[in-house]
Amino acid sequence: MTKYETVIGLEIHAELQTASKMFCGCSADYASAPAANTNICPVCTALPGAMPVINARAVEQAVLVGMALNCTINPHNTFARKNYFYPDLPKGYQISQYELPIASEGWMDVPADLGEGTQRIRIRRAHLEEDTAKTFHRGDHALIDYNRAGVPLLEIVTEPDFRTVEAALAYATNVRAILRYLGVNSGDMEKGVLRFEANVSVRPIGSDELRTRTEIKNLNSFRALTRASAYEVERQIKLYESGGEVVQETLGWDEARGVTVSQRSKEHAHDYRYFPEPDLPPLQLAESFIESFRAHLPELPEAKTQRFLRDYGLKLQDAALLASERSLADYFEAVTAQTKDSAKVVCNWLTGEFMRQINDRALSVDSIPIPAAHLAQLIDLAFDKTVSGNTAKSVLVEMFQSGRAPKDIVEAQGLGQISNEGVLKEMVIKLIADNPKEVASYLGGKETLLQWFMGQVARATKGKADPQAVKQLLLDEFEKLRK
Amino acid sequence: MELSSLTLRSAQEMLRSKQISSVELTQAMLDRIRKIDPQIQAYVTVTEDVALEQARRADERLATSENVTPLTGIPFGVKDCLSTKGVRTTCSSKILENYVPQYNATVIDKLADSGAVMLGKHNMDEFGMGSSCENSAYFPTRNPWDLTRVPGGSSGGSAAAAAAGLGLFSIGEDTGGSVRMPAGFCNVTGLKPTYGRVSRYGLIALASSFDSIGPMAREVYDVAAVTEAIAGLDKRDSTSSTLPVPQYTQSLGKSVKGMKLGIPKEYFVAGMEAGVESAIHKAIQQFEALGMEIHEVSLPHTKYGLPVYYLILFAEASANLARFDGTRFGLSVRDGAEDVIDVYLRTRAAGFGDEVKRRIMLGAYTLSAGYYDAYYLKAQKVRTLLRQDFEQAFEQVDALIAPTCPTTAFKIGEKTADPLEMYLSDIYVTATNPAGIPSLAVPCGFSQGMPVGMQLMGKHFNEETLFQIGHAYQQVTDWHKQLPPLG
Repeated sequence: MTKYETVIGLEIHAELQTASKMFCGCSADYASAPAANTNICPVCTALPGAMPVINARAVEQAVLVGMALNCTINPHNTFARKNYFYPDLPKGYQISQYELPIASEGWMDVPADLGEGTQRIRIRRAHLEEDTAKTFHRGDHALIDYNRAGVPLLEIVTEPDFRTVEAALAYATNVRAILRYLGVNSGDMEKGVLRFEANVSVRPIGSDELRTRTEIKNLNSFRALTRASAYEVERQIKLYESGGEVVQETLGWDEARGVTVSQRSKEHAHDYRYFPEPDLPPLQLAESFIESFRAHLPELPEAKTQRFLRDYGLKLQDAALLASERSLADYFEAVTAQTKDSAKVVCNWLTGEFMRQINDRALSVDSIPIPAAHLAQLIDLAFDKTVSGNTAKSVLVEMFQSGRAPKDIVEAQGLGQISNEGVLKEMVIKLIADNPKEVASYLGGKETLLQWFMGQVARATKGKADPQAVKQLLLDEFEKLRK
Repeated sequence: MELSSLTLRSAQEMLRSKQISSVELTQAMLDRIRKIDPQIQAYVTVTEDVALEQARRADERLATSENVTPLTGIPFGVKDCLSTKGVRTTCSSKILENYVPQYNATVIDKLADSGAVMLGKHNMDEFGMGSSCENSAYFPTRNPWDLTRVPGGSSGGSAAAAAAGLGLFSIGEDTGGSVRMPAGFCNVTGLKPTYGRVSRYGLIALASSFDSIGPMAREVYDVAAVTEAIAGLDKRDSTSSTLPVPQYTQSLGKSVKGMKLGIPKEYFVAGMEAGVESAIHKAIQQFEALGMEIHEVSLPHTKYGLPVYYLILFAEASANLARFDGTRFGLSVRDGAEDVIDVYLRTRAAGFGDEVKRRIMLGAYTLSAGYYDAYYLKAQKVRTLLRQDFEQAFEQVDALIAPTCPTTAFKIGEKTADPLEMYLSDIYVTATNPAGIPSLAVPCGFSQGMPVGMQLMGKHFNEETLFQIGHAYQQVTDWHKQLPPLG
């Protein structure tokens, strides 16, 4: 049986988080609109005579994304009309960029197929365009809400460089992280602010031909992207194996049935009749304008991961996790700067109990309710052995609940750790005296009983005893008894 | 008060000296429209209430002499392709028969701010597609000089209204001669300004890269005064120019002695009506007498002007007209429709006239895969050559002179059977729009009793020179003072 290689190219449609729409002054925040058709005007509903004006913020955001994706920013770029009739497209054409996009020829490195090193994915272009309206079906009526019509979109297109579905997923995840880093897209896929389109084909390994591809449109989640792509790869391989041919067509993804479905064949493909948009002169970006953005470009996830590895000695997986969200990375560094303990300990806290609390409470890392200084203080309390590790965890829960500082919580609830050796030694001596049977058993070789003794102390002190100190005291006393 | 011969300038003086109020003037105009317009049918909609209200407010401004502009209290009409808030705007199409816009075109706002008084909306060829006003979905407008003849197009209603004294100026729109050609047919002065000089916001687009809104009136002074009021940068139109607007009326009266007038030799070839040709030659002699130097120049790509113009127009129009789908405004044919796309098809089939459908189909064809390079792209390349022709000519001369049409106004029905022959009537006026240059149409005589128009073409954003030359001509001629034989 022939072995096949997967060939995937990705298109990502990202809404840009501007205040107003791409070509008019209406609010772009359609998710918060009080009702359907409230964020609309003559321009975005295409009343006769209305004309588009380019949103400068959208241009700036596109420049930033282009730079982050290592693209060339084109100082001369143009808009074009993409013509087709559809109820969600009020003008009967979409204003997009065709021949001269704002950004082109970029790249991104993703982990290579076999886990070793990286593979470079070429990014063909990133261009500005406008989103469509939303259509709703009510019985035999179609209703249209134009609040989303004209919201800025950035379409990012790769070359067919992915050889695995996993690589495509890694790339998509990274693009999302970058968009969030730049503050140009919330990454909130449930709201549809990020949508994928996968162009999939397969070929015999060793071949470098590009075989007939299919386009899977409107993939709204990473899960849909990976499932649909994997399904399509399998489907095409089976087709070839059974002597069939892949037909060029546009597919949809049926999430419930887990299959791709044909939407449009090549014969019925749109001829979009692109031509330059006469209502918008070419967009000329001065070199100085473009360069001014390079300085504003924040440290991106990949660079930050490398720095975390280098400066803090974190493990790759932890560094990548912390760097995946700008707010989390910033938080990590703020806590690290303020605590006496090491960055690794901070990392353990953040990736462990802290993240569990965030997730359990359905909070976002964008709005962490605990000030970095509080978490640093808590880590210091554990570091100083003022509280035990277990107590610290319960203090953290209390911090999430009440928002109070850890020191206040520890004081108010009397949670301070008993590390006074005199007190603990007295307790240990009494414990040994009160339990001769267990002591004999322990000395007789049943050393697991050490845990039972420690548990007794913990119970008596309500967990405030420093377990390390207790353990040492017990071992010392048993040693004396042996002699 | 003799309304039929009244100019904007003389009305201005009468209003300022309180010989007449704007309400009186407006009422007189409305009465005249009621009396005269049924024979001509220049107006699609008369906005009596709007007019009288605007006139009343103009009178308040005139009474206090505060905020008075040259247009305060002056009644005008506007081609029905400019969006007017609360006033039906039809483009003389069935598809917009009951469309009442929610917003004003920038030009309408500017005129309202200046205190001008809107009498109504003018008939036109549907969506500006035509050269005779016969393509109106409602009725043809008639030439005031001969009611059996066309007024020209597509701004035929605007030209006829200005000629017949049904308004002291008209706002027309010129995509490829639509102001100048009817101005010539009806003996009025009209300007196609430089592309980008006047905001297109609110103008229902025909060909977005050609469309130019321009005034039509009795004389150059009037046209200059209106241009001054409507020109200028508009943030809502990204193609509008940032260049400051000169005070056009101030530069009138300067001598044209020593200025150079070019005669493009390619425009003076076989096919021109004898009376037209002799009127143009007499005008050239007149300019010589005024002290201008006359030079023959060449615009070598002239023969490509008409095809380039039409190819690009078809393409842009096919997209511009896509929004008329029966979903949000205007005609919507839903009965029997199977789905939304079927509503589109039925609405557009019922709402658009034949010429509109013809141009949409041609436009979609020239843009489609496999044909784009041969038609649209090639036309854009030749467009650059046309523009360069003009730029090279303007290195030698200050302005160019040419007729506005090879003939005078033709009979109603004469050319409707042959679209190509109708297209050819625009042979002299189409090249200016792909080039984007300004052109002023000025009456220059008569041929067999019908008016002849000439056009003066100038450098980009050099309307001033055209006004200067046109005004100098009107100081020594009285063609523009000739009035049509109306009651």
